[in-house]
Amino acid sequence: MAIPLLAQLVNVLAAFLLLIAFAMLSQRRVLTLIKLLAWQGAALATSTAIVAWSTGQTHLYYSALITVLLKVILIPWVLHRLIDRLFVRWDIETLINIPTTMLIGIGLVIFAFALATPISQMATTLTRSTLGIALASVLLSFLMMIVRQKAVPQVIGFLAMENGLFFAATSATYGMPLVVELGVALDVLVGTFIFGIFFFHIRERFDSLDIRHMEKLKED
Amino acid sequence: MGVLPSPLAGSLLVAAAWLVVAVAGLIPAGNAAFARRFAFPLGAAAGVALAALGLQAVWLPAQTLTLPLGLPDLPFHVRMDPLAGFFLMLLGSVSAGISVYAAGYFREEPSGRLTLISMQYHVFLASMAFVLLADDAYLFMVAWETMALSSYFLVITDHQRPAIRSAGFLYLLIAHLGAIAILLCFGVLHGGRGDYTFDALRAAQLQPAWASVAFLLAFFGFGAKAGMIPLHAWLPEAHPAAPSPVSALMSGIMIKTAIYGMVRVTFDLIGGTSGNIRWEWGMAVLVVGAGTTLFGVLYALVQHDLKRLLAYHSVENIGIILLGLGMAMVFIGFGHPAAGALGLIAALYHTLNHAVFKGLLFLGAGSILHSTGMRNLNDMGGLIRGMPKTAFYFLIGALAISALPPLNGFVSEWLTFQAALQATVLQHGVVRSLLPLFAATLALAGALTAMCFVKVYGIAFLGRAREPAHRSPLPHAGDAGPMERYGMAWLAAGCFVLGLFPTSFLLMLNRVGVSLTGHGLSEDALLGSGWLWLVPTAMGQASYSPVIFFVVIVAVTLLAFLLVRRFYHGRLRFSDPWDCGYPEQTSRMQDTADAFGQPIRHVFGPIYRTDRRLPGPEDTEPRYSLKVEDRHWYWLYLPVARAAEIVSSKIALLQQGRISIYLLYSFITLIALLVFVR
Repeated sequence: MAIPLLAQLVNVLAAFLLLIAFAMLSQRRVLTLIKLLAWQGAALATSTAIVAWSTGQTHLYYSALITVLLKVILIPWVLHRLIDRLFVRWDIETLINIPTTMLIGIGLVIFAFALATPISQMATTLTRSTLGIALASVLLSFLMMIVRQKAVPQVIGFLAMENGLFFAATSATYGMPLVVELGVALDVLVGTFIFGIFFFHIRERFDSLDIRHMEKLKED
Repeated sequence: MGVLPSPLAGSLLVAAAWLVVAVAGLIPAGNAAFARRFAFPLGAAAGVALAALGLQAVWLPAQTLTLPLGLPDLPFHVRMDPLAGFFLMLLGSVSAGISVYAAGYFREEPSGRLTLISMQYHVFLASMAFVLLADDAYLFMVAWETMALSSYFLVITDHQRPAIRSAGFLYLLIAHLGAIAILLCFGVLHGGRGDYTFDALRAAQLQPAWASVAFLLAFFGFGAKAGMIPLHAWLPEAHPAAPSPVSALMSGIMIKTAIYGMVRVTFDLIGGTSGNIRWEWGMAVLVVGAGTTLFGVLYALVQHDLKRLLAYHSVENIGIILLGLGMAMVFIGFGHPAAGALGLIAALYHTLNHAVFKGLLFLGAGSILHSTGMRNLNDMGGLIRGMPKTAFYFLIGALAISALPPLNGFVSEWLTFQAALQATVLQHGVVRSLLPLFAATLALAGALTAMCFVKVYGIAFLGRAREPAHRSPLPHAGDAGPMERYGMAWLAAGCFVLGLFPTSFLLMLNRVGVSLTGHGLSEDALLGSGWLWLVPTAMGQASYSPVIFFVVIVAVTLLAFLLVRRFYHGRLRFSDPWDCGYPEQTSRMQDTADAFGQPIRHVFGPIYRTDRRLPGPEDTEPRYSLKVEDRHWYWLYLPVARAAEIVSSKIALLQQGRISIYLLYSFITLIALLVFVR
């Protein structure tokens, strides 16, 4: 009787993840976006820990711990400092208006579930039903990267996409080997720092973080 | 071998020495004297050593070695066999003369540039040595590309001028096209077994169709480097752009490495002793070779830039070499290895000869350029007064390239004719009747070459300066310096040695042919050839004795000279020649280079794209201008360039400059992959 309960818990967390992905898509304020990212990380860490407990895969505890340290604490903190230093708390305009984006997002979720159903039937894991959600949140984060005009939300989209990917790995195969996870975590961290440095350079060059300014770099 | 290193180890040492010289020249930074006094002479000494080692290697069995260099699990293999030995001898001996010349030629070069030139120059030499020594496709391609890059940097020595940069770009572009084809050729030969040593490529059993594909790729790839039509366009651009010793090196030696590659791939890797060579390939080579020969000489005749003219002659001579190679392939393909060996020997002999005399001619052109600053023949005249020694060496080169006995150009062209005359042994009627046509092309090209060098020599060195002394540098032009003269004298001596003692080279090349195809010249030829007589087939058919020829020429000349001295009345009479009714004649009324080429331009009119401006009758300041362009630009190069431009402008629409659009591309790709490739 215990296992279905845990499975249900994981499902709830997965739904939470998807909800956050939609919230990010609709959110205009950068500060709230960062908070949502941290929440998404927390949901991810919790679900990883539950999977670890229910299946006895000890290495998943470590990856849950890394997730908490990195995605709930360190990266949001770095991003906070970044927007403080860069003064980019203001509202963001999007390329496509938000209701349309949400509609496209719903389409993507349907697509992701259609895609994931045959795969999850093959899988034997506890969490197989969440694969569609994981895929959907990857696609939604990608969509967010496309429709945002400013550099910081795009980076947040990128990090959210990594969260979705991580969740997909946990749900499909109980996570990647620990070495790979460590590597990916390090990559994300380094990537965040590099983005941060780039932001300063971009702003220095264009007096703005609006990526439309970079269209000038195109060769005619 | 005792104290002396084996030819293979010795050659590697020489190549390493060139690399050391290249790097060492950089260390006393900005010290031009070091490069001039040590780097180039040391390079020349290494060249002489390499020539000796190569000469020795021709007579020894093949040697192989695996170097502890390269990537892990993919070491470099080197091999010394008679073919490599012969080409190393060519590289060493010709580069020795050019290096000595370079030591003098670069005397006024700013020191920073000179150290760079010296570095690139010696890397270039070493890379050519490695191309010849390579025994796997990997080392071959590495050396081949090093050769292309180092020569590219040498070509753009004067990179401040846009024309030179674009010439360099054209060269690099065609070199890369060729390199891709060569790489694909090795891919076809290796057939997916993962072993790229030449031994594995030799052992591969290819389907006939795949063998033909490999041959065509090699022919295209090496042809691009050699300068056969229609891939010759870089030669007349890059040779004038480069400093003269570099032009000599590229035209004399580098394009010969392409011939080496063609022979290596066709006769060794594909053909071998198993007789995979097909006569159809030979016909293709013959057709391209004949076109190249004729086209090269016809364009050379209408040039007035001396170095462009020489570059077109390089195109022509590559055509002659291709004719020899093509005949060899036709004969071998039909099962007549003795006649095939003759064609191969003729081609290789001409390769060596062309390296020597074209090197000499480019060095002579360099001396003219150096002391007068001129390349345009239309402005020259009377150079023989200021530069008698250069004029003498240039004359030897001009006689050699015009294929006049007893110099070397004649021997190899004569051997090519002899190969063509073997056509009677063929059973295939069409081919039998076509071969003499190719020989006729060669004869026509030979005559036109002689005409072209009458033009060059007559206009540049004879006559008088076209402008009065205060307006032209010509009357003050000094002769070449001693180092330049030693370099030219070395190559001029080569013209004589190769011309007067052909039999020893014939036997040497016969050994090369035997090592490649397993067959050599007929017994009669080998028995009949002595130091005096050169017998390519049989004594009863044809023979040639350059020594007797030379002695007779010298004797007749001396006799005529003495007779005139003895019997001429001795009274000199100065009078005006018939002056065509003009009251006054100036040196500007001399024949110009363009005027000399005019009949050819008319007879072969459709070949040229001519833009001629004649002054009108009322012009107060009459100007005449003539521009002759290469039709290949309009037939081939510009359409290709335009097509590439159109395609790339369409593709450039993808580049929107917006990150969102780029992300959308990957998003759509991801969705499409998820939908279609699950």
